[in-house]
Amino acid sequence: MTGEMRHGPSAGSSRFPRLDIGGRAGASFKPQHIETILDDPAPVGFFEVHAENYMGAGGPPHAALAAIRERWPVSLHGVCMSIGGPQPLDRDHLNRFKALVERYEPTLVSEHLAWSTHETTYYNDLLPLPYTPATLARVAGHIEQMQEAIGRPILLENPSTYLLFRESTLSETDFLRALVRRTGCGLLLDVNNVFVSATNHGFSALEYLADFPLEHVGEIHLAGHAEQQDDEGAPLLIDSHDGPVADAVWKLYEIVIARTGPVPTLIEWDSAIPEWPVLKAEAAAAQAILDRHAALPEGQAAHG
Amino acid sequence: MAELVPSIAGRLAYAAAFTPGLLDPQRAEPTLVSGPNGKAVKKRYAVYRNNVTVSLVNALAETFPATRRIVGEDFFRAMALVHVRQSPPTSPLLFEYGRGFAEFIEGFAPARALPHLADVARIERAWLDAYHAADAAPLAPQALAAVPPEALGAAVFTAHPAARIVRSRFAAVSIFSASRQGRPEPPREAQGPEDALITRPHLEVFVRRLPPGGATFLQDLMAGRPLGEAAQAALDAAEAFDLAGNLAGMLEAGVFTAVNTSEE
Repeated sequence: MTGEMRHGPSAGSSRFPRLDIGGRAGASFKPQHIETILDDPAPVGFFEVHAENYMGAGGPPHAALAAIRERWPVSLHGVCMSIGGPQPLDRDHLNRFKALVERYEPTLVSEHLAWSTHETTYYNDLLPLPYTPATLARVAGHIEQMQEAIGRPILLENPSTYLLFRESTLSETDFLRALVRRTGCGLLLDVNNVFVSATNHGFSALEYLADFPLEHVGEIHLAGHAEQQDDEGAPLLIDSHDGPVADAVWKLYEIVIARTGPVPTLIEWDSAIPEWPVLKAEAAAAQAILDRHAALPEGQAAHG
Repeated sequence: MAELVPSIAGRLAYAAAFTPGLLDPQRAEPTLVSGPNGKAVKKRYAVYRNNVTVSLVNALAETFPATRRIVGEDFFRAMALVHVRQSPPTSPLLFEYGRGFAEFIEGFAPARALPHLADVARIERAWLDAYHAADAAPLAPQALAAVPPEALGAAVFTAHPAARIVRSRFAAVSIFSASRQGRPEPPREAQGPEDALITRPHLEVFVRRLPPGGATFLQDLMAGRPLGEAAQAALDAAEAFDLAGNLAGMLEAGVFTAVNTSEE
């Protein structure tokens, strides 16, 4: 399993307490919730933040994150390292990321199988890549570079995609499995992304999950999606993070947890952000599923 | 990309092929992508186009809320979209985005009727810089009081990392404040010019309107000129300059972190 990835380096001089994240459900941390969260004796099991929002020098963002990190485990989720892009990683950004890892000692660190910068333009979206031996080698090099920079393994998240590259020769699950083998990284399984991509590309989410290297999953993401239509009038799902988790995604999640046993699980909500109790209730629903499967004897958790 | 091995470069051309249409609605969808089972790619690629432009327009809307309120949501989003397509961000840190927005507004013909709008945007950009600036304890009044009177003229100050000054030919500070507080635009008497002082002594950002000569005075001090020279320059700029009042104001606002006298 990936137990060693769930904990920060055991440095002697920690600013923050070491906190356990095992089997917990967490929520995206949004600054507008800070007062409510600090007044809540039992909000959620952990909080996740987008790393880039805390790359300023100081001010309220750091004051809030430090207050959160004092009391709860923190997951640091990068959204713009552009690991899936062909060009070299941005060294300044690597240094900023490393500084943030050192400053907050997050329990989990993750990034995306996607890219967002080309030449000097930052597109602020998780853009897709072809799955070929050439891109595999390039992405593996980027993951190794990031892991070396921050001194610990990362979890890599499966994307939601809306189209495919004609040149792709590998399946996404084979691509991810090969990255794990080459780099020693773990995986962040976004179950909503699986459902979104499966719908958009007409494959079976269950078959994708059956083929997914679940034994390397160190975190799970759940989120809401929106629905549009493709050119042929069929549903085209958008990974919008702006609403509650869909019933179908909850079902897939329970199937995954039945196989893996409890894995730290995040409710992501990044747009049309609700009042804190709504987010908290979603996390509680995930926690109930985790707790149900934590009660099973260990042997019953199948191996992926 | 000079550092790519040529034989690999050809197979890693997907980013160069995928990006041009993201910010240019006139461009056709890239040919290296498709829908599954031969499905069309138009609406699928449009998801990425939309994600890119809408998220960047949203970023500008969050950074410039007073500007947005002044022109209204629809006008702002249309204006921001033009800027996003002309000048997309060059850093993944979105709180750095929008540095060219005020200048863009000055040249944006449909906004010509609002000549103060660009300066309001400048104040908002400075507000966000102050918000993310490094933390530092502001200069304590006692530290200034401890400087012997004969050493005051040569005293130099260290600027607080969050301190910013924005000078406007218009009543930009009054208009900014009214808009941020959701009040109607200030009365006609508020015609400017006005100078804004933006500071964040602790966790809260403050925007103040500087008194006559105050901007010259503080800009000189922030540039490291001695107090005596800065005061003289301020007097030259504005007869009504009040040294005692400005010193009290800068201490209260937290413009500086330290005072140094030449003996040290």
